[in-house]
Amino acid sequence: MTFLSIAGHVLLVSGGFILFTSGLGILRMPDVWNRLHAGTKATTLGSILFLAGIGCLEPTWIPKLFLIVLFIILTNPVSGHALARAVHMRPEEKPDNLLEDDLAESGFEGGEEQ
Amino acid sequence: MFALLGGGLLLAFIRLLKGQHGTDRAVALDTATLISTNLLVFIAFLEGRSMLIDVALVYSVLSFLGVLAIARYLDGGLR
Repeated sequence: MTFLSIAGHVLLVSGGFILFTSGLGILRMPDVWNRLHAGTKATTLGSILFLAGIGCLEPTWIPKLFLIVLFIILTNPVSGHALARAVHMRPEEKPDNLLEDDLAESGFEGGEEQ
Repeated sequence: MFALLGGGLLLAFIRLLKGQHGTDRAVALDTATLISTNLLVFIAFLEGRSMLIDVALVYSVLSFLGVLAIARYLDGGLR
C-alpha cells in the first residue's frame, strides 16, 4: 500500500461521489438552469478527480488520461454555454425566475443575428 | 464504484426519459455521456485493457459534437 495507491483510491472515491451527485442534481433540481449547474460543473470536477485517480493507480496511462481531461476541460463549458443559450432562445421553455436578464436587454433576443 | 457511477447514470437517464422539455433532455444527455465516459475508463482500468482508453477519448469527442449539434438545433436551426 504505497502513497500513490492510497491517493489513487481516495481520488477515485471522491470523483465517483461527485459524479453521482451530478446525476442526483440532474434528477432533483427544479428548473433547467439549476440542472445545468449540476450537469456541467459537477461533471467537470468529478471527471478531473476520477481520471486523476485512475492515473495514480496506472501511471503508464497518464498521457492519454491527460488528453481526455484536457478535452473535457476545454469542451464542457462550450456545450454548457450552448445549452444555456438554447434554453434562453426558447421562450416557452424558459423559466421565469430570473432576477436579471442581460441577454434579453442587449437586444439579441429571438435568435436573430444583428 | 460501479454503484456510484451507475447510479448517477441511472438518475440522469430517468431525467432524460421524463424531462419536461427538450432542453431538459439535452442537459441530461450531456451529463449521461460524461458519466459513461468515466465509466468506460474505469472498466478499462479493471480489465487492464488500454484500448478502451482510446474508445473513451473518441466517445467524449463524439458526444461533445452531438450535444453541441442538439443545442444549436434547439437554438433555432443550424446557422
